[in-house]
Amino acid sequence: MSVLLTGCSTITEENQSRLELIKKRNSLICGVSGKIPGFSFLETDGSYQGLDVDICRAFAAAFIGNANKVQYRQLTAAERFIAVSTGEIDLLSRNTTFNLSRDSDGGNRLSFSPVVFHDGQGLMVRQKSGINNIKDLANKSICLGSGTTTEQNINDAFEAKSIPYTPIKYQDISQVIAGYLQGRCSAMTSDRSQLAASKSGFRIPADHIILEDVLSKEPLAPASAGGDQKLSDAMRWVIYSLISAEEQGITRANINEKLKLAKTNPQMKQLRRFLGVEGALGEKIGLPNDFVVKVIRATGNYGEIYNRHLGPNGDVYIPRGLNNLYTNGGVHIAPPFN
Amino acid sequence: MNLSRSNFIQLIIAFIIFTLLGILINNLIVNLVRTGIGFRLDWLFRPSGFALAEHPLPYSPSDSYLWALFMGWLNSLKVIFISLCLSTLIGLCIGLARISNSKSVQILSSVYITLIRQTPLLLQLMLWYFVVFLGLKSNTITIINKVVGFSNQGIYFFGIELSAEFSALMIGLSIFTAAYIAEVFRGGISSVPKGQWESFRSLGLSENIGLFKIIIPQALPAIIPGLTSQYLNLAKNSTLAIAVGYADIYAINDTIINQTGRAIECFLILLTSFLFLNLLISNSMENINKIIINSRKYN
Repeated sequence: MSVLLTGCSTITEENQSRLELIKKRNSLICGVSGKIPGFSFLETDGSYQGLDVDICRAFAAAFIGNANKVQYRQLTAAERFIAVSTGEIDLLSRNTTFNLSRDSDGGNRLSFSPVVFHDGQGLMVRQKSGINNIKDLANKSICLGSGTTTEQNINDAFEAKSIPYTPIKYQDISQVIAGYLQGRCSAMTSDRSQLAASKSGFRIPADHIILEDVLSKEPLAPASAGGDQKLSDAMRWVIYSLISAEEQGITRANINEKLKLAKTNPQMKQLRRFLGVEGALGEKIGLPNDFVVKVIRATGNYGEIYNRHLGPNGDVYIPRGLNNLYTNGGVHIAPPFN
Repeated sequence: MNLSRSNFIQLIIAFIIFTLLGILINNLIVNLVRTGIGFRLDWLFRPSGFALAEHPLPYSPSDSYLWALFMGWLNSLKVIFISLCLSTLIGLCIGLARISNSKSVQILSSVYITLIRQTPLLLQLMLWYFVVFLGLKSNTITIINKVVGFSNQGIYFFGIELSAEFSALMIGLSIFTAAYIAEVFRGGISSVPKGQWESFRSLGLSENIGLFKIIIPQALPAIIPGLTSQYLNLAKNSTLAIAVGYADIYAINDTIINQTGRAIECFLILLTSFLFLNLLISNSMENINKIIINSRKYN
């Protein structure tokens, strides 16, 4: 009996990439947060919306040709890594910071895709508190969520400047917000994007300010279980295709036009390779040759995804800053599709 | 041949249980190897990198994960033992109120018990913390000037400062468990034969002396087992500390799992520590029970 069960769980899937499993299943299981407006948020109509959600849809469009065939799983900060490692979800698109411990074989054993959002940790205080920078928080209490990089970063930042503080640790971001709003602590800390997202939900957002101090780099990237080269290659190039499309000015509105242009003009080599008309690049990473076309049709390019959720008309407004293309003062740049 | 048939059935049941256990453990080991997670304890000695708001012994973020877990353990013990004493005291009072002769006191205590027992503990703890303590905002209610005070930073009691998280957890746990302990006391006291009440009254002893010297000692053998299980419940319920921001062993465990990824080792440590604590509590109560039973054997 035990031999039967072990056989079921291991040998046949050992040498198979997760990518094949996703294609066979014809749906993608995506781990998200579901509680962060602008990134992954469960709307009142039951659908998930946000930047991380659109990234999942882009993956689904590339892997199985249908951006809607995604099953979302809400995961807490504590559950997310085990869920990926044990194969409960295919990949994680959950505001996860890319760092050495998580990427390494000796750590959480994940494989990270290119960064989709460059964030940083920040502090939010009440405007009336008179606190203007990190030094004013000496000996004050700070609300934070337990179990995330937040704890370690705030400790590093405060210890480096030799500023004593009292950490009040809660389990959930909503409890952190409750503790901060009720006045238990003078400040709350989290990724600046999360602070902006929470602030947008306060009764009087203007009463609160996010301090200028950026305590850490928080590059947020999707992740998959380590050691699966096929899946991580596929994920990597889907992300790069979003950035590259923005670089080339290809949008959801003009993708069909661009495709026709590529098909009828044999001299536009670079565009033809990118859209899969020639070159068979998709096959090399286990995806259909026209996966870029499918992705852009489903979600648009990186800029469109960003503006949809984090732009001036989106759920939460965060100026692009570092998240712009390298030609516009940001750091997003895609390697060539050759 | 009834004897060998019952032995045969026992053998079958034992076989089924051991096979199930074998399958589960085998599955765990195979998957630990397959996903490369493994089982090691060397990470316990790495520096923790996070600060703690409350720690009974000196602690700094450069101390090891093991020391951080130990701080969490001490924090848990602190809140558990104080809540045990407080809840027993409150429970005794409410239990006696339930059987008192005054109707209004009886009704009040019934309402208390019903309300507390029907609401989930998590909700009650959140009420105490977010609504009561944090609802005080920056006001301070001072009862005796500079000696006892309540504010949204906690309780100030004769020179001891208790944080809001600890206070909310302690009060919430005590009031919750007291409702159950009250019923245990009441049940135990009711089990004493009516004749005992009549005889001490006929001897002219006052109600108080009769209750404490005659009825309660006879009720104890019935009370102790119920009390033990309520104490064990309190010890386990204390893990809800994470919901109110108190750094007990479960909360610190949560942080460590997220930072190191070692979920299985951490949960094993957590389970073992609670097993140890619960065995300690139930063993002590059993010894108390034996002492009481022995002391009643006059013959």
